[in-house]
Amino acid sequence: MRAAATVSERTAPAAAPAAARSRPGAAGQRRALAGLALLLALAPLAFPNAYVYEVAILVALNAVVCVGLNLLIGYAGQVSLGHAAFFALGGYGSALLAVHAGWPVWASLPAALAAVALIAWAVGRPTLRLEGHTLAMATLGLGVIVSIVLANEDRLTGGPDGMSVPPLALFGHTLHGERAWYAVAAAALWLAVAMALNLVHSPVGRALRALHGSPVAAETLGIDSARWKLRVFVISAVMAATAGALAAHHGGFITPGKASFLHSVELVIMVVFGGMASVWGAVVGAAVLTLLPQLLTVLKDYETMVFGAVLVATMVFFPRGIVPTLARLWGRGAR
Amino acid sequence: MTILLEVEGIAKRFGGLQVIESLSFAVEAGQVFSIIGPNGAGKTTLLNLLTGIYRPDAGRVRLAGQDVTGLAPHRWAAAGLARTFQNLQVFFNMSALDNVMTGRHRHERCAMWPSLLHTPALRRAEADCRGRAVALLRRVGLAPWLDAEAEAMPYGALKRLEIARALAAEPRLLLLDEPAAGLNATEAREIDALIRELAAEGIAVVLVEHNMRLVMEVSDRVLVLDRGRKLAEGPPHEVAEDERVVEAYLGTTAEPA
Repeated sequence: MRAAATVSERTAPAAAPAAARSRPGAAGQRRALAGLALLLALAPLAFPNAYVYEVAILVALNAVVCVGLNLLIGYAGQVSLGHAAFFALGGYGSALLAVHAGWPVWASLPAALAAVALIAWAVGRPTLRLEGHTLAMATLGLGVIVSIVLANEDRLTGGPDGMSVPPLALFGHTLHGERAWYAVAAAALWLAVAMALNLVHSPVGRALRALHGSPVAAETLGIDSARWKLRVFVISAVMAATAGALAAHHGGFITPGKASFLHSVELVIMVVFGGMASVWGAVVGAAVLTLLPQLLTVLKDYETMVFGAVLVATMVFFPRGIVPTLARLWGRGAR
Repeated sequence: MTILLEVEGIAKRFGGLQVIESLSFAVEAGQVFSIIGPNGAGKTTLLNLLTGIYRPDAGRVRLAGQDVTGLAPHRWAAAGLARTFQNLQVFFNMSALDNVMTGRHRHERCAMWPSLLHTPALRRAEADCRGRAVALLRRVGLAPWLDAEAEAMPYGALKRLEIARALAAEPRLLLLDEPAAGLNATEAREIDALIRELAAEGIAVVLVEHNMRLVMEVSDRVLVLDRGRKLAEGPPHEVAEDERVVEAYLGTTAEPA
């Protein structure tokens, strides 16, 4: 059969019409994004009360963090054990500038994101040059330091009791009410998913997958591994900080617990649960693991036990995570 | 002819073992330069030294006139080098097409914001990149595998996929590490023809190969390596008749006359 595929085919016109082939799966991706937009827009029709809106906002913001964290874990092959710190720094940064420096929120929020980008860059640059899981160690350390500083600088941050955060205001309009906030969180999630999918299907995404597939071959093709890992790390940190800042302005209050190691681990579990190297997996992981504890509260004392059992069962029956395993069963690769 | 690869007295030692010992040679544009030698002669180490994966203990390597000794592999690629691997280093987490498109990395404007936003300029560049990758896959005879996932492809096709990926980088110097290993006679002849064609286009090809028929047919020059030292270097027919080469390959001394 392969005899038909002789090298003599090189005599065929060398420059194939460039635009003749569009990317396989591009249309499917557009449909999926339209579907997500529709789902996010129609979901409120099924929301009976404000509490459900609050849960939906929480799901969406966690999903934003996980989509970013999945770019780092699933595509750049690096683990961060300090993403909760970036989440918290987004909220605290914006709140501190607004409360103590009197900045308007439209300025304090972007400034906080820029500060987080700078911190992530400073932590990632020296560590991502090294082999192995140095980034996990460095971010673990960063998370611990951030938690301690937030808890101890009580004159600025209010210490362990936390601090209140002014509401999000733009052009004199203050964003309030769960419907408006749901719209903001849903828009943030849609943008995060769209941008992550774009990145995965771009020269940058190819470079990252190449580093995962064969680091040696990637380097010999001119891919600077340290550089691309660092950039993805910074992007994922900024996405976490964005979600953190929105959560803080929405809740009106923030505590150092948001930066805790436990929260960082929860985020990593959401990504692994949903499926690594799958943008949709990150969304599903964040949704399921945010909703599950809410649903399990009816079990009272057994809540943690059942939660643990669900996690173990998932990893046994869906070893690649929910979405990639289901996609494989379906017989087509979804990314 | 322009010299594309210039190796000057490189040496590499692993622990107490001197794997490469003060080796010098040069490869010109349009030349097929083969490196042969018995098992353990140091061929793989030499290739890793010639791609920046290993750093030599002594000596210098110049690529197209640029001293690249001690630089990271991606800098060597920027200087115009591409290679294939004896033990496949295909990106098994991608499709055949994506593998080859990745080969064009150093020719792409690989920037973060356009990638996040999929700007029209990026889409045009991607379409162009895809077109070139398709043409290359056809050129190495992989037309039936255009849309295949790499993990679903047979060995012979993967060998050629690596060549297509290396060619996508538009190298001035191409290192092929046993491209015919594991291929049948027909496939090996196709590789043979492809190598000669690439040299005719002005690419310097460095070939490490066990298949002597292939080496003798395509090479302009052959370097014979034995225990890390240069045993002989010259046109294939001269090298084939060299007594020391015959001795090294057969492992016996010629009978006393």
